[in-house]
Amino acid sequence: MTGIISYGAYVPYHRINRKTIFGAMGWLDAATNVKGEKAICNYDEDTVTMAVTAGIHCLKNVDRGKVDGVYLATISSPAVERQAAGTVASALDMEGNIRSADFSGSTKVGTAAIVAACDAVKAGSLSNVLACASDSRTGKPGSGDEQNYGDASTAFLIGNDGVIAEIAGSHSVSYDFMGHWEGDTDDYGHFWEARWITDEGYNPHLIEAAKGVLKQCSVEIDGISKVIIPSINARAAKIVAKKLKLADEQVQTPVFDMVGDCGNAQSPLMLAAALDEAKPGDKILVLSYGNGADAILIEATEAITGFTPAKTVSKMLETKREITNYNQYLVFREVLPVETGIRGEELDAAPTQVARLWRERKEIMALCGSKCKKCGTPQYPFQKVCVNPDCGAIDEGEWYRFSDKKGKLFTYTVDSLAFTFNPPQVYGVIEWEGGGKFWFDISDCDPDNLEVGMEMEMSFRRKYHDKWRGLSAYFWKAIPVLD
Amino acid sequence: MADGIRDKVAIIGMGCTKFGEHWDKAGEDLMVEAFQECLGDAGVEKKSIDAAWMGHYFDEVNVGKTALLMSQALKLPYIPVTRVENACASGSESLRAACYAVASGAIDIGLAMGVEKLKDCGYGGLPQAAIMSLLGTKSRFVNPNRTAPGGFAMVATKYFAQYGLTAEEGKHMIAYVSYKSHKNAEFSPKAHLRKGVSIEQIMKAPIIAWPLGLFDCCGVSDGAACAIVCRAEDAKNFQADPIYVKAMQIGISSGEEMMYNNWDNAHIETTVRIAQKAYKEAGITNAREEISVAEVHDCFSITEAVTMEDLQFSPRGKVREDIESGFFDLDGGLPVQPDGGLKCFGHPIGASGLRMMYEIYKQLQGKAQTQERQIKDPKLGLTHNMGGVPAANVSSVMIVGR
Repeated sequence: MTGIISYGAYVPYHRINRKTIFGAMGWLDAATNVKGEKAICNYDEDTVTMAVTAGIHCLKNVDRGKVDGVYLATISSPAVERQAAGTVASALDMEGNIRSADFSGSTKVGTAAIVAACDAVKAGSLSNVLACASDSRTGKPGSGDEQNYGDASTAFLIGNDGVIAEIAGSHSVSYDFMGHWEGDTDDYGHFWEARWITDEGYNPHLIEAAKGVLKQCSVEIDGISKVIIPSINARAAKIVAKKLKLADEQVQTPVFDMVGDCGNAQSPLMLAAALDEAKPGDKILVLSYGNGADAILIEATEAITGFTPAKTVSKMLETKREITNYNQYLVFREVLPVETGIRGEELDAAPTQVARLWRERKEIMALCGSKCKKCGTPQYPFQKVCVNPDCGAIDEGEWYRFSDKKGKLFTYTVDSLAFTFNPPQVYGVIEWEGGGKFWFDISDCDPDNLEVGMEMEMSFRRKYHDKWRGLSAYFWKAIPVLD
Repeated sequence: MADGIRDKVAIIGMGCTKFGEHWDKAGEDLMVEAFQECLGDAGVEKKSIDAAWMGHYFDEVNVGKTALLMSQALKLPYIPVTRVENACASGSESLRAACYAVASGAIDIGLAMGVEKLKDCGYGGLPQAAIMSLLGTKSRFVNPNRTAPGGFAMVATKYFAQYGLTAEEGKHMIAYVSYKSHKNAEFSPKAHLRKGVSIEQIMKAPIIAWPLGLFDCCGVSDGAACAIVCRAEDAKNFQADPIYVKAMQIGISSGEEMMYNNWDNAHIETTVRIAQKAYKEAGITNAREEISVAEVHDCFSITEAVTMEDLQFSPRGKVREDIESGFFDLDGGLPVQPDGGLKCFGHPIGASGLRMMYEIYKQLQGKAQTQERQIKDPKLGLTHNMGGVPAANVSSVMIVGR
């Protein structure tokens, strides 16, 4: 049996209420008055960092050594050439001998990556594939897209052993339907009339895919516990539910009002939410949309009763902090250029040395240090000479991963002098459980609630954006444990 | 076993510019000014100087990487001139180099200079680009987006938590440190910031890096200071009032504070270690009683507070009592920062260690510029100069006497 062995999702900590956006931009177009809130990346997050966090959630109780494939579906990759799945694999401390691929070009490739992973495992080509989806798209100020788009990510580990939800079948329909598109030199997407999109694309494509998989698996729609219908706006999903003649309880609660249309991560995020609640035997029909549609039929197995997700979707939806200033949101998205002062300019004074990043990738990307084989002291960064003054052994260190260790906030400061796009700059010293300590920037926190001794965890973040060399540099920050 | 350089070397001349925002002066100008005073004081000719050292830190800001700046500015005649760098203790490192060279017998007369031209960087505080390069280019990958005050603020946060001080109590303790330095600086004509401030003003000042406010941070200044040294037995040939080196110790972090789990982040470990060595070298058994006056590295008020404990002036965790009772005031049991310290005299990085020694030298000679700040009959004076961040730093302790 091939299917989902584990899964993890991630919804960023920050939200913006759509009223805030409408309050700032509604004068331009009254039709952008949409209700609810949407999840947004902090200034130091992007598609790649979100995928890593979902991956960490997914791999919480998994031996990472058995993963031999990493896929990432996204249409908002930070780079045209630098495989996002490769960056994710590096941050997740994966071995080099894995298959990695980005899936892109459409919002239905999040499910395509899951199906491709399933096919590779079924064929015996790979044994355990991490299929991630992550999107963080920015709508043009004043557009419907700006109101609709939200940010989120997911990661599903597909394999044969310990399947908690079987992938029973899938059916895809593919059309060059340009309801929405973006050219390679565009900053923002283009869209055709909304009514045309739903009447000619979204509705018929989703229904065609759904019927295809039901027929293939000889399952009636009444036998489905939950149907996952992605939202491209506030209303569209309801029409599809009606056309499929679904009872209310069969419709998986949309995330549109809480997270937004999170692109390739939307249907997988709803699948994660459905699996959080699923019982053995539950059948889940996952639909995704974009230049056609995918439909996947998934059935929860007995093993799901023994599975506890690292963080449930409902918990992440509750854990949030609101950004109340639309301009701050624009700065986070790098839409609105702001004054950084000369101190801010000088943060860019040392251009990134790619050779050094490569050589020290396990320390920088995967937050691995060393553990001394003589005295057992964990230490970061990796030390050739053991830091324990009573040991000092040379070349006795073995790799030791800190990214998945929790720690205590040993001390901290809230710095108003340092330049950051999300002031004040908070940083402190983390003392990890099991030993080792180092200093880190602290993100996703309320400075007033910090306390020496509080519990912290590590989060993969964008350290800086090197505009000279056109790359994002990533590292780990500490964040308060919020659950 | 080597027993140090106690009583082997004497300081026979010193010079120090006014510290401050010298918009109209280059590093070269400042060095010439300090050198001129120093030569006159020492009573030697330039051609008698056998070797020279120049300490400065931020080579990115207008001074450059080599010692050419000094040899050319002072027109030193084809003698060895070396740039030394040990963060904010570069001035002390420069003096140590000159003293060790004299003590070794390699030279007769040495010159130690410290200089920094900070105010060309374009904004308040220390240059960010240089802070970001503590570990070379790796800093940008792994170090937090920190500033100098932030690094020391983390000591304050931890000190308050460890010794059960409320934010109010902790802020009051360190406010008194700055209050005292501002008071002393009113009698210090070469100091950068000479206006007295009240404890209330200090506590209510804008926060720079919590819990440190504006007045918890030292002045960022331009300046230069220098010393001429010779063998102790030759000193009186040049200077009627030479000051003798009793101890000179420098220590730098091993990585334990940053990476090992044995340091509490509420004191400076290097200072503890080298103070012990320096007291041994000088033959001091009770520092609180035997030291007459001290100039310590108060880059931030919290730094001075914990340094009082690290130097054994106050018992561990108890410095608040001594600070708030005025023990370190000009008229207290052990006056600290009679010239205003880094806080008010200013902190042109590479010059600070030599500026501290300038004040102690003058105090021991009974030649403090104003009578209000002249300590009565001092015997032994101490300078403490540190650089880097609390988790990774260099500290120096130097003790001199008549």
